[in-house]
Amino acid sequence: MSKRVMTVDDSSTVRQVLHMTLEGAGYEVLQAVDGVDALKKLSTEIVDMLVTDLNMPNMDGIALIKQVRRNPGNRFMPIIMLTTESQPEKKLEGKSAGASGWIVKPFKPEQLLAVVRMVCPV
Amino acid sequence: MSSLIDTFRDEALELILELESALLELEESPHDATQIDRVFRALHTLKGSGGLAGFDDVAGFCHEAETVFELVRSGERQVDQELVSLTLSAQDHLKGMLLAEFGADAVDDEQTAELVAAFQALLPFRQEISSHSIESMTGHSSDQVTYRIRFRPEPNLFRQGVQPQFLLNELTHLGEAIVVAQLDGIPPLDELDPEECRVYWDVLLTTDQDENAIRDVFIFVEENCELVIQQIDDGSRLDQVEDYKRLGEILVERGDLTPKDLEKYLKEKKRLGEALIEEGAVNGSKIHSALLEQERVQTLRRERKAHDAMESIRVKSDRLDKLVNLVGEMVTVQARLSQFSSGRVDAELLSIAEEVERLTWDLRDQVLSIRMLPIGGTFSRFKRLVRDLGAELDKEVMLITDGGETELDKTVIDQLNDPLVHLVRNSIGHGIEPAGVRKAIGKPGKGRITLSAQHSGAYVLLTVADDGAGLDLGRIRAKAIEKGLINAQDDLSEREISSLIFVPGFSTAEEVSNVSGRGVGMDVVRLAIDALRGSIEVHSEAGQGTTFIIKLPLTLAIIDGLLIDIATEHYILPLSAVEECIELSRADAELAHGRNLVKVRGEIVPYVRLRDEFNINHDCPEIEQVVIANIEGLRIGFVVDHVVGEHQTVIKNLGRMYQDIAGVSGATILGDGRVALILDLPQLAERAEKHEKSALH
Repeated sequence: MSKRVMTVDDSSTVRQVLHMTLEGAGYEVLQAVDGVDALKKLSTEIVDMLVTDLNMPNMDGIALIKQVRRNPGNRFMPIIMLTTESQPEKKLEGKSAGASGWIVKPFKPEQLLAVVRMVCPV
Repeated sequence: MSSLIDTFRDEALELILELESALLELEESPHDATQIDRVFRALHTLKGSGGLAGFDDVAGFCHEAETVFELVRSGERQVDQELVSLTLSAQDHLKGMLLAEFGADAVDDEQTAELVAAFQALLPFRQEISSHSIESMTGHSSDQVTYRIRFRPEPNLFRQGVQPQFLLNELTHLGEAIVVAQLDGIPPLDELDPEECRVYWDVLLTTDQDENAIRDVFIFVEENCELVIQQIDDGSRLDQVEDYKRLGEILVERGDLTPKDLEKYLKEKKRLGEALIEEGAVNGSKIHSALLEQERVQTLRRERKAHDAMESIRVKSDRLDKLVNLVGEMVTVQARLSQFSSGRVDAELLSIAEEVERLTWDLRDQVLSIRMLPIGGTFSRFKRLVRDLGAELDKEVMLITDGGETELDKTVIDQLNDPLVHLVRNSIGHGIEPAGVRKAIGKPGKGRITLSAQHSGAYVLLTVADDGAGLDLGRIRAKAIEKGLINAQDDLSEREISSLIFVPGFSTAEEVSNVSGRGVGMDVVRLAIDALRGSIEVHSEAGQGTTFIIKLPLTLAIIDGLLIDIATEHYILPLSAVEECIELSRADAELAHGRNLVKVRGEIVPYVRLRDEFNINHDCPEIEQVVIANIEGLRIGFVVDHVVGEHQTVIKNLGRMYQDIAGVSGATILGDGRVALILDLPQLAERAEKHEKSALH
């Protein structure tokens, strides 16, 4: 069975890039547009990995990671955050919130897959 | 699914509208954090999506505005009328940039720069603009290096959503890995927390990647683990002895045993490993891991040694020279055998002769290839020269080499060193401008010299290029007139003027320095290249740089030739220059009204009558042959009586008396023992051209 990944980003361009790249590598992809949307979907869906943007309306990525980790079922789930070069401090903040790793935007598809493979191989 | 570009356009236009509305709200209430957030996020998202969708200029532009609003968000800057107006014009500009990508008129680059500068001016200090691409930090090296890695994660690793087995798995993608799990950290069952990671790992990794590549695998757990990476074997070192460290040393290096304990246990009259286990000083799995390391490195070194021994043996080059000479003799004898056998009606003899011919050709190729060396070794010596000369002349120069793997005959490479040194010296001395001058004309301060090699048919092309000032044609011309090399009224093409630098005694350097200007450089270069049966030309563009192109034959000893007859004489033309052979009847020749021109499929080709060149007064056949050759890009015909065919030509020198005869580069011995001269086609063509010119004047 293929692994399920939920991608959370308010930008449709980023969502589409994530979707195409991950699906092309054999993952099943679910999309959410922000933290609130992601939490809502996570309450009914089981996923193997979460890829989330940090800067989002309604609920940002850090808050989302904290919420997700609170659910016992998601304590060991790999979570990758999307950061930008201008916010190196966000990596640490995200890590202490419970993120497994990060990808710096903009990224190339192979960079995304290299990171995903490290935390959640197909 | 719509294309990514379309998705981005729709999203970006939406975001620009969002940006506008947020900015207008912000103008009303400049302290409203929600509006500040909206502006920031719109810019941030535009930047991120733009970068992903390949709209780097949009992304870069947004970055500038975003940086300012980042400060606003963190309270380090207030929103004022100026900022809102600036951002609004930036928003209009962004829209323009975006529409330009989809076919509208291009935006004004100057305006882009102005807006960027305006945003940058709002920053308290000039922030380093981070690059938008992340290059992988990993470097490659051709040699295999072995690392000892100990990866000991903190117990809370699982709660980060990280599975250590995936990281170990990732290591195996880098090279050959041996993984040993160390279990001594696992507590008794009643104290065991299954959500904690108490195992740690020893990995022996043999890889061509560097240490950074290994660290990259652990990048997400860097702060939550103990990671020790030690290089224990380097495949590029040839001087290593086969033996590796002893068990005790390895354990001490790993920190599994103290030097003091080692001394203590070594005194016992048992094998160290057994003693350590019996005493419980080091557990079995650590010893197992250390022994694996010992075995691994020893195996690697042994294999490498065996491999090296197989790969190469050192032979004195004069032995190779003798071998080449012998093969040359043999090719000559073989030609004789073939000629002799083809004259007899003896099938058996013929088949033996053919077999010998085939074997000789193979032998020839093999022997010649032994003498081929990559030119990279010569190239790498220039790094130092460039560095030192640059320092001496106070110029910043970097050397770029390309095609170092291109192989050339050892003799050619040996004799190439001096000409190349001359050319590189000249490029630094005359070509590259001082850093201050370069910067003033908008070039990077650091000059660039490129040395490259590439194959081109039976030749190798070597290029020495610089990005300096280029040749000063006016000065060259003036100097040539002053030195009496040309007349003031001579009408010369740029190419002819630049090639004047190869004329003996020519130098334009105003003061004689250690580096250039001795006036012997270029003509010596040309002589050396001529001696290698090569040619050199120069291309130059004012302000852009100068490029020297040296064309060299692959090998010196034996060439493929085309054997031709004129009356009773035999000659060899180098086959590499020959394009085709056509017939020339007396009627054809008369059509050209006494000019030496022939029409080859619509193209007029000038020709040289070798019969006239060599003053052979013998009856000329009714139908002659024209061998069309390509000489430095021009097609020129050479008229001969008969084309006999391809001939394996072993080049013999002509002896000192005849060395400098123009038009003849050597001789060879034919199968029947007769001698044929090898013609130097470029020289013949040049001579004919001169004749023609003087005949016209």
